[in-house]
Amino acid sequence: MMLKLALRLLAREWRAGEMRVVLLAVALAVASLTAVRFFADRIEQALGQEANTLLAADLALVSDHPLAPSFAREAVARGLRINQTSTFLSMVVAGERNLLTGIKAVAPGYPLRGNLRVAPDLFASDAPTRAIPSPGQVWVDSRLASGLGVKSGDQVEVGSTRLLIAAILTFEGERGGNFMALAPRLLLNAEDLPRSGLIQVGSRVVYRLLVAGEPASVKAFQAWAKPLLARGERLEDVRDARPELRQVLDRAQRYLGLAALLTVLLAAVATQIALRRYVQRHFDQFALLRCFGATQRRLFGLYLMQLGGLGLLAGALGSLLGWLAQAGMVHLLGDALRLGLPPASFLPPLLGLVAGVVLVLAFSLPALLRLARVPALRVLRRDLGAPPVGALLAHGVGFSLVAGLLFLQAGEVRLGLIVGGGVLLLMLAAALAIQLLLWPLPWLARHLPTSMRLGLMNLRRRRWETTLQAMALSLGLLALLLLTLVRGDLFDSWRNQAAPGAPNRFVINIQPDQVVAMRDYLTRQGIADVTLYPMARARLVKINGRATRPDDYPEARAKRLIEREFNLSSLAVLPADNLITAGRWSSQEGFSVEEGLAKTLGIQLGDELMFDAGGLPLRGRVNSLRKVEWDSFRVNFFVVGPPGSLDALPTSFITSFYLPPGQGALLSGLVNSFPNVTVIDVEQVMAELRALLDRVSAAVQLIFLFSLAVGLLVLLAALYARRDERAREIGLWRTLGASRSRVMLALATEFTALGLLAGGLAAGAASSVAWLLADRIFELPHSVNPLIWLAGLVGGWLFVAGAGLLVTRQLLQAPPMQALRRD
Amino acid sequence: MRIDIENLGKTVQLGEDKLDILADVSFSVNKGETVAIVGSSGSGKSTLLGLIAGLDTPSAGQVRLDGVSLTDLDEDGRAALRGRNMGFVFQSFQLLPGLTALENVMLPLELAGRKDAAVVANEHLGRVGLSARAKHRPTQLSGGEQQRVALARAFAVSPRILLADEPTGNLDAHTGAQVIELMFEMNRAQDASLIIVTHDAALASRCGRQLRLDGGRLVTALATASVAA
Repeated sequence: MMLKLALRLLAREWRAGEMRVVLLAVALAVASLTAVRFFADRIEQALGQEANTLLAADLALVSDHPLAPSFAREAVARGLRINQTSTFLSMVVAGERNLLTGIKAVAPGYPLRGNLRVAPDLFASDAPTRAIPSPGQVWVDSRLASGLGVKSGDQVEVGSTRLLIAAILTFEGERGGNFMALAPRLLLNAEDLPRSGLIQVGSRVVYRLLVAGEPASVKAFQAWAKPLLARGERLEDVRDARPELRQVLDRAQRYLGLAALLTVLLAAVATQIALRRYVQRHFDQFALLRCFGATQRRLFGLYLMQLGGLGLLAGALGSLLGWLAQAGMVHLLGDALRLGLPPASFLPPLLGLVAGVVLVLAFSLPALLRLARVPALRVLRRDLGAPPVGALLAHGVGFSLVAGLLFLQAGEVRLGLIVGGGVLLLMLAAALAIQLLLWPLPWLARHLPTSMRLGLMNLRRRRWETTLQAMALSLGLLALLLLTLVRGDLFDSWRNQAAPGAPNRFVINIQPDQVVAMRDYLTRQGIADVTLYPMARARLVKINGRATRPDDYPEARAKRLIEREFNLSSLAVLPADNLITAGRWSSQEGFSVEEGLAKTLGIQLGDELMFDAGGLPLRGRVNSLRKVEWDSFRVNFFVVGPPGSLDALPTSFITSFYLPPGQGALLSGLVNSFPNVTVIDVEQVMAELRALLDRVSAAVQLIFLFSLAVGLLVLLAALYARRDERAREIGLWRTLGASRSRVMLALATEFTALGLLAGGLAAGAASSVAWLLADRIFELPHSVNPLIWLAGLVGGWLFVAGAGLLVTRQLLQAPPMQALRRD
Repeated sequence: MRIDIENLGKTVQLGEDKLDILADVSFSVNKGETVAIVGSSGSGKSTLLGLIAGLDTPSAGQVRLDGVSLTDLDEDGRAALRGRNMGFVFQSFQLLPGLTALENVMLPLELAGRKDAAVVANEHLGRVGLSARAKHRPTQLSGGEQQRVALARAFAVSPRILLADEPTGNLDAHTGAQVIELMFEMNRAQDASLIIVTHDAALASRCGRQLRLDGGRLVTALATASVAA
């Protein structure tokens, strides 16, 4: 009964036109929200797949022994594509030369994700390929070719077979991140493996079952396989396997989260402004209904249903619009993104429906509570309003609902708290600042011509309204600044992490007696600032005297870290990009441990660690924890001790440097001069990572563009909010004798002051938020950009004055009589 | 100031139909004269008042103020003329809600560029007995007080014509009588011409002349004495 009445009223409201405005505002808000969500959802999935090209699959089942065929059978039964590889180290011989090489046997269809790249000969231009070496042929990488002095068309001995070099392998995504442990590479067809006789009992071979397919099926297979894993078997996805790539994806998701968060926030503001106007217009209707005998409770329930229905409708419409918008974006820009986007999930439209209802109700609840108490006497005395009741509670409920939505969108409490709390603080600081700034206006106004004085005084006289409007405007401008300048700055900082000019060649296995000669050689070749780091490989065997066992750790990464050897170094000075986060680095004693490793293995400051390096023990206490930028591509270590601490252990040296394009011959010379060292070319890996960053940037920027549009909507909504009152005011001014130009000048002055006020506040807030985001969330170096202030002030002035005058221009054209009759 | 209305007409377009709100209205008002425009709702009283004030443009005829035709002036010219010569009192008071009583009275003075706006406004608020309420906003004032603020605003610029549209329409009889008393008293003091649109027979009877409109046409123009009889 009540629902019917609510729907009937809603239909009438629809005809009356006011609800259409609210519906449009909320629907647009939801549309932007869901478009971001839809798009983000698909990009996240696509990025996941893109990242998987570097794993050559969506999931890899890795083992040190041949895997039970049941795994492959199950994967195929689940509709997944599979491929199996075997990787091991062996000597490859060409004439008099031989080189320890990482050999990988692959089957047709490899890799399941991404492509290999090959060149017809050494240092020739390469191209992607979907093929693998034919039986009887191999592909070798440039290191192996240089090391052995061979080229395409030559033959190499692999075990007991002689195979023809058909091409130079220039890129193999799967090995990208693990270059430190890599020897030169040779790729052969799996059919040739038995003939080679290389795999014998006791051979150290890594077997991989690669799996790819629908994300849900991959996940299901992962869940199925996990409990069946035996010792020496593990599941690897790109997040587990690649720390530097994990950072890229995590940051991308944070950017997307930030875009979505800002969209929700802006949508909330736009909705608040629209609903405030709607509710103010309904005082008379409530009074009339109360006059007809409706109780407060019934009225409240009636309108709650009505607005809830409106929210659902807006949510549905917005979701549809959001889907269409993202489909349009994908259609127009899908190729430019170079990402194959999978279909969106059903989560965004559900979120859209919830968001529609939440956005409408969160802001209408306080007003509804107040409206329900409008005295019936208002039908006779229009000056009677409604007493504010439970406003704190009602606003608290509304704020909590939106905060919940914010956190849901952010997907990360800290990001939500920073942005949400930042905005709340901004609002409070803005209110205070605006009040203070309005104080000297009368003094300033006295020195100005009449029209300008009127404009300024208009701000001062309506200081609370001015405060609210400036707050809304500054929020909109803040969003624009964050989405343009701050976003750009953060992006630049982020991308600079893997910028051109970063080291692209690593040289490992440098013996202690080669250090001086190697440094001289590189310096002669024009490589500046060559630093060679001592390095030893060791396994962590005890923490505080207690033996470490993989089973003590639930996390897969921790288990692997305990099982495997990792690199230690001894340094007098830490690398410049290492940041001590706890304790104090000592060049005299103890270890400095990378904080991620410490967290994963539960290592604390002061803990005594014991390492085993080929049977030789190494002990020391943890004196500090360090933050390491793994994606900087500089040499870094999990554990660093003081100089001399590795003297008793078998050590080699490592260095990295940037080799400009076209200087590949330097590498051949290096390998010839130091035949035992291994040069690792990470240029391709970095190029791939940079391409990935570019794609992520493009995707995120698209979403930010959408948020930008909602920011503009907020600004316009804030200006439109006072349009009725403004119309009356202008009509009265004109009635009392003000010319159009005088009114225009007064308005221009008012909008200019308002724009500067809002722009200044937004610039201040944007600088603070930028610093917080860079420092606390994205962990990027950041300095204050003075352009933010310039853009804030000038942009605020131009936009508010321009849009304000545009919005009010029509009012100036109408006869004053029309404005006076609005009542 | 003398006001001459000549064959004034106003037609509006409603969809495909045209509606004549006013047609062929002519009369004059002499300096210092008080005139009431009466008639039923929808007879075109307020439209006529708006045309006299130059707040709207007529479809036919013209309004002359001391011989100057309002139709010869553009919108800004009419605004300037209003600012110099007219005061207004409205049924719905037309006070700006964001401004205090004092600021509302200061508004026309400020628009006229008067440096002494606050002093003059305070003085006029005193004349309507609202000095103590100068800092109150319209919503904090009763209907009678709001109309008194509107009177102070209307007279603050020393108008030569006062135009009042149903000035007691939103007030009870007692308050309305007080406001009217004050309006006539202030008008006498400034010797302005007064044109009032009203339904109130008592108020109309206080004016020197009454003009009755019916269906947008002037049907009678009577001296008050004959109406009262």
